[in-house]
Amino acid sequence: MDTELILKVYPYFLEAALITVELSVLTVLLGLICGALGAAARLSRFAEVRFLGAAYVSFFRGTPALIQLFLLYFGGPQIGIQLDAFTAGVIGLGINIGAYMAETMRGAIISVDRGQGEAARTLGLSRAQAFRKVVLPQAMRLMIRPLGVNINAQIKATALVSAISVVELTYTAQRYIGSTYKPFEMFLLAGALYLAIITVTGKGVAFLDRKVRLQ
Amino acid sequence: MGLDFSAIPPFYGTLAIGVLWTIAITVVAALLSFFGGILLAMIALHGPQLVKQPFRFVSWLFMGTPLLLQLFLIYFGLVQIGIDLPAFVAGVIGLGLHYAVYNSELIQTAIVAVDRGQMEAARTLGLSRGQALVRVVVPQAVRDVIPPIGNNMIALLKDSALVSAIGVTELTLSAQLAIGRTYRAFEFYAVAALLYYIINLGMEAVLRRIERRARLSR
Repeated sequence: MDTELILKVYPYFLEAALITVELSVLTVLLGLICGALGAAARLSRFAEVRFLGAAYVSFFRGTPALIQLFLLYFGGPQIGIQLDAFTAGVIGLGINIGAYMAETMRGAIISVDRGQGEAARTLGLSRAQAFRKVVLPQAMRLMIRPLGVNINAQIKATALVSAISVVELTYTAQRYIGSTYKPFEMFLLAGALYLAIITVTGKGVAFLDRKVRLQ
Repeated sequence: MGLDFSAIPPFYGTLAIGVLWTIAITVVAALLSFFGGILLAMIALHGPQLVKQPFRFVSWLFMGTPLLLQLFLIYFGLVQIGIDLPAFVAGVIGLGLHYAVYNSELIQTAIVAVDRGQMEAARTLGLSRGQALVRVVVPQAVRDVIPPIGNNMIALLKDSALVSAIGVTELTLSAQLAIGRTYRAFEFYAVAALLYYIINLGMEAVLRRIERRARLSR
């Protein structure tokens, strides 16, 4: 184990870890938006909208995220979409995780007892009111933990953007493996930082989950 | 540069070979992750104390870091200690181990959930603890978690695209090679996406059959 080397390169890894955090935050935010839209579409009253929602979820969950990323970044310019690598990474991965989050949210919404919505309507609330005031608050509570699983997967999935040369943690590790021939040390550094990010995020999700459960 | 799908047909052969390699990697890695997952679960629950802790730690490492990083470590890192694996083997081991850890978590929960009476009954009938575990408890536990293990296998299929990064000529790298010659990125990646989608549908159909049989045997 070459500790001297680790001490020399770790500042670069910290910098790269910040990019990984930034990517994680942005893709999760975009994912939540896409997920909410996707879930809403799949639960819509209109068959056409339901079809669109199902097509979105099915395509993005049915093909590798890496291919989606390449399609957007390398194929995009051919259809007039020219993005820098970081933006392409955020958009590509955000839309991808959105498809998974849509299923999580839909699952939580339909698992709130049907009777809840019906009871609210009987009490004179409109369909929208019943959803917003009765079903959604209960579903929110149910979806925090599974969304946490999605977020955990997403933090690790940010490593994929190294393949379109965004200088995040995995790209940095790869570059230093290439120049130092010390793969284990570099893996240890990068791995430790990923674990730190994931552990802190996991604690945050657990805290949020406990808080809403107490209400 | 607009779209021109006429660049695709000359590369049918390349793509077909890519599809076959993707299926081969997925099947071998899936089997490794399935049996590896059972083994890991048994060790994590019933192994000697001395082995349990390091095992938990390694599982935690595998679940907390990206698969891509693990593949790089296995392919480029093991060379440092004198183990030079062919890319295909490194890819299969990486994918297989990664998902074995996830499968093991599922199987552990299921083993704990199998009724205690099953173990006791098996022991009363004269089976040793190990025999009872392997012949009575584990088969029931595995049957209970076939649907979530199936989901992991679908995820494994999609993650098999990552082994293109260590130079295995599966579907993603085949598409990349064709793009290197034609500069038709959109067309080839779109076709690759379609092919993955079709493989995915096939795999889901197979998994549904397995699930149905598992349900019937209950």
